[in-house]
Amino acid sequence: MDLQALGLTLRLAAITTVVLLALGIPLAYWLASAHTRLRPLVEAFTTLPILLPPTVLGFYLLVLLGPRTAFGRATAHLLGHPLAFSFSGLVIGSVLYSLPFAVQPLAAGFRSVDTALLEQARLLGAGRLRTLTSVLLPLSTHSVIAAAALCFTHTIGEFGVVLMIGGDIPGATRTLSIAIYDQVQEFSYAAANRTSLVLIAVAVLALVLLYARRSNKEASRG
Amino acid sequence: MADIEIRHRQGRFTLDASFSLPGAWTVIFGPSGAGKTTLLRVLAGLSCPTSGRIRFEGRTLLDTAANIDVPAGKRSIGFVTQQPALFPHLTARQNIAFGIQHLDRDRRTARVDEMLQLFGAESLADQPAPQLSGGERKRVALARALAPAPDLLLLDEPLAGLDDTSAHDILARLLSLQGSAQVRIAYVSHDLAEIWRLPAEVVCLESGCVTAVGPLQQVLASHRDRLLQQLRPPS
Repeated sequence: MDLQALGLTLRLAAITTVVLLALGIPLAYWLASAHTRLRPLVEAFTTLPILLPPTVLGFYLLVLLGPRTAFGRATAHLLGHPLAFSFSGLVIGSVLYSLPFAVQPLAAGFRSVDTALLEQARLLGAGRLRTLTSVLLPLSTHSVIAAAALCFTHTIGEFGVVLMIGGDIPGATRTLSIAIYDQVQEFSYAAANRTSLVLIAVAVLALVLLYARRSNKEASRG
Repeated sequence: MADIEIRHRQGRFTLDASFSLPGAWTVIFGPSGAGKTTLLRVLAGLSCPTSGRIRFEGRTLLDTAANIDVPAGKRSIGFVTQQPALFPHLTARQNIAFGIQHLDRDRRTARVDEMLQLFGAESLADQPAPQLSGGERKRVALARALAPAPDLLLLDEPLAGLDDTSAHDILARLLSLQGSAQVRIAYVSHDLAEIWRLPAEVVCLESGCVTAVGPLQQVLASHRDRLLQQLRPPS
């Protein structure tokens, strides 16, 4: 069992989840409330990673973060190392790849809140930020938790983007899914089996906790 | 004094209303579908009319020609809808305090207590909103709308669905505002029995148009037969 890869995978999933909630909540709020022509376009781009092969996203990110682009050269100059093949690069890739898993449940949760409540908040002088923090988020806790659980488990299991952007550097970019790939390449099926079971256990645990919370909530509503 | 001149199209329905609210109480009266709720929503700033102008106490709240549209939260208007939309994750006290967060804690608590007392809801203060009955919700919704001391309070059929005892008690408490609070009230109803004795001006709406304006008893007396005919369900 590659404990270093396990630690790195959990760290990547935790950071990605926090970043995705910080980005996803305002973006989902905008998608749930905006009435502009721009909305379908933004919605399409945020959903795109679900349909794109991970290698396509990974390839373009590799190019963007590498020394071929001004952005890649500028970030390498600022950080002292290129973003490609680094843990920070993995976080960026994971955030983009899991974006729909944060935005979709959050936007659905915000849309399900009764508009009469939002109108009352407006009438009582609440601005957009206060409406979000005092009305929408407290009434969408299940969606926030669902988004966090999906982002966490999806990041833990990602392979294509991680391999393209991060390669396979132990302690820096080798996640559990890459470790499984390496173990299979080396015909260490028993080790690959153990690592795979760990991934399955983490995903099942996260989903059971999520659904247990939902059924508790439904039971308390009667 | 409020001057209202609104034209609002919504599908096939057109609201074309032009009138003044001269008194402290104005009843907006008319059958279902006359445009009463639409009118209140436009006044509150929740719907933007196709064109129009609203002036209240010398302040322009809306003037589509001049591109003025004061946001709902800055109009100093409270609005209690037919189904009181209380925040379900908050208690009655927290609901009432929602619109007065700018006050310091002591003044906020005092104001909430005052509102709870005004509507006879002291015992409900710490109850979560979903546990309140229909009448209790109405009381809390009224207290919440009045807590920020609005200049105008819009009440959309506030007694609909209540038992007689609750309805009489809430109406008496609303009427007591006339002497104590500096607030004008626009009261929407389609129930003649409910409004008959109110010391108010009335604006009669029919199919989106104002058909009569004046002192309530006087207007109702002169239009009584037609109004009763209008309210009778089609045979």
